[in-house]
Amino acid sequence: MSTIERRRERLDRGIKVRTEGIYAVSSWEEVTYLVLPRLILIVGLLLLPVLIPSLYWKRVVSIAAIYALLALGFDFLAHFVGLVSLGGAFFIGVGGYTAALLNKSLGLPILLTIPMATLGGALICTLLLLPALPLRGVYFAIVTLMYPLALMRIIEALNIFGGTDGILGVAGFPNRWVEQYLILLIVIFALFGLRRLVNEDIGLVFRGVKDNDQAVRASGLSITLYKAIAVFIASGLGSLGGAYLSHIYMWSGISQFALDFSVIPIAATVIGGGGTLVGPLLGCFFLVPISEWLREFGTLRIVFYSLILMAFIMFRSEGVMVYAQRKYHQFQRWVKV
Amino acid sequence: MSDEDILQVTNICKSFGGVQALLNVSFNVQQGEVFGIIGPNGSGKTTLINCITGFIKMDSGKVFYKGKDISYKPPNQIANLGLTRTFQIMRPYYSLPAYKNLIVPLFSPRARRKGGWRGGGKLGDRGTVSIDILEEIGFERDSFVPYKLASSLPTGYLKRLELARCLALRPDLILCDEVFSGLSMSEIASMVPLIEKLQMDGITLVMIEHRLRELFRVASRVMVLNFGEKLTEGIPEKVMADEKVKEAYLGSEKLLDYTFEA
Ligand SMILES: Nc1ncnc2c1ncn2[C@@H]1O[C@H](COP(=O)(O)OP(=O)(O)O)[C@@H](O)[C@H]1O
Ligand SMILES: [Mg+2]
Repeated sequence: MSTIERRRERLDRGIKVRTEGIYAVSSWEEVTYLVLPRLILIVGLLLLPVLIPSLYWKRVVSIAAIYALLALGFDFLAHFVGLVSLGGAFFIGVGGYTAALLNKSLGLPILLTIPMATLGGALICTLLLLPALPLRGVYFAIVTLMYPLALMRIIEALNIFGGTDGILGVAGFPNRWVEQYLILLIVIFALFGLRRLVNEDIGLVFRGVKDNDQAVRASGLSITLYKAIAVFIASGLGSLGGAYLSHIYMWSGISQFALDFSVIPIAATVIGGGGTLVGPLLGCFFLVPISEWLREFGTLRIVFYSLILMAFIMFRSEGVMVYAQRKYHQFQRWVKV
Repeated sequence: MSDEDILQVTNICKSFGGVQALLNVSFNVQQGEVFGIIGPNGSGKTTLINCITGFIKMDSGKVFYKGKDISYKPPNQIANLGLTRTFQIMRPYYSLPAYKNLIVPLFSPRARRKGGWRGGGKLGDRGTVSIDILEEIGFERDSFVPYKLASSLPTGYLKRLELARCLALRPDLILCDEVFSGLSMSEIASMVPLIEKLQMDGITLVMIEHRLRELFRVASRVMVLNFGEKLTEGIPEKVMADEKVKEAYLGSEKLLDYTFEA
């Protein structure tokens, strides 16, 4: 059978199993079809701490998970609310310092500092970004980038919060297993929580703000309010990551305002596929280890890094997961020409 | 100004740089009527709606809705009072299916207050309510149309979706900006009874229209704008007989085209 007589036909799978919200699942195959990818993802993530023996690379897994929280927040804001945020460093820094201060000055345990820094950090970030919410596109992005730079200099100049030394002696996690499994569970929870949120009624309002903000106002809803709620969610995820980071390193300092926290989540979204949420998450688990590995090459790593990004933008500009999801929902067969 | 007036507009002025888009425009709309606004292109009709509904800050002037001063309020607050508007250039959420487009207005404080929990109360959840509204406005319930992405809908349905967004807010007054334009004659013919039905349901309508024939079938009074100024106002026959109106229309476009279009 030569390919001249036959060609490959690609079909979208029936709407039955694809439409979200309508679960007319009739067979085990269809249940498997729906559940399998999620199962692989969850099991895969939870196996990482067991499969990776070296202490150094175990730590990298935790850091990648923190970046994943940032990437989820970035993808949520960019593709479901229409806000391009470079606020990763801002969120991490605020959450990190808040947790460290709560722990050191008030003596609160990790069990309290992390949730409090998550909510408190989200509140601080949202309030500070409130004036920028009416700004669009790159202007909003610039403001989110300006805050971490400014806060860094303020802490340096006024020598507050330990100045350039940072806050030392923050409580650590009881052991590596707790440290790793807690953050991995948080990441999984955040992913499925956000996926659910964007399909809830309030999620449709967020998507409405992105699609057509004037129509949202004509619908009797304040776009500033819903943008603020969305920023609260994303900055909460980032602050949670920051708080975690402080407890992992038992230290909080101005390097938590480093631009890596703003840039890597975006790169991960480009690679993983914007708008899929899971893509940016996986992007972090790919990029963060690579960037660790490239550390050996010193400053040259930026070049490798840029090459990888450029390759993705040129050859798979839609991102891996957008491509993978489309392929998963199609099946191919040979038909006679 | 009588108590029956649902909307009172006094001396709205608005200029864009050098262009005086509106100059001292005043009019009243009575509860329950269909009030038409006509005028050549660029005469300031859309700007007038934008000023009333808060989408544009007017330079001066006052707007009273149900006797309450709503001038310079933000658009979402005005919409929540039941004063809604359609957009001349349709503004659907293209990435959402038609019925999910309506979940956004159903999520508004007004719709939630009026409809009870989840915007449906006894009627059901928001998805069900939006299918009901779409059916009322002319989407076939048992077809795929309400479930299609807004980006794949033709103009006729998008115009209906604009009206549906207003209806989801349980409005008392709808300002319609050219809901007939871009539609075929048969589509317009099917929209007219819809407008009549809204009026029967007690909704007051202000309609900007170029399709004078269809407008005059439903409107009790019309106002004419030209270069941002109000020329005249009254029952359709009298207004069209007005010399100033004929002149304004003949100056830019052909009056006959609009009036006697088959
Ligand atoms: N946002 C704007 N910026 C500048 N000029 C505008 C704006 N909106 C409307 N105009 C001008 O105001 C005048 C009235 O426009 P518009 O209200 O859209 O007229 P109509 O709806 O009657 O066709 C036009 O001259 C138009 O160019
Ligand atoms: Mg107009």
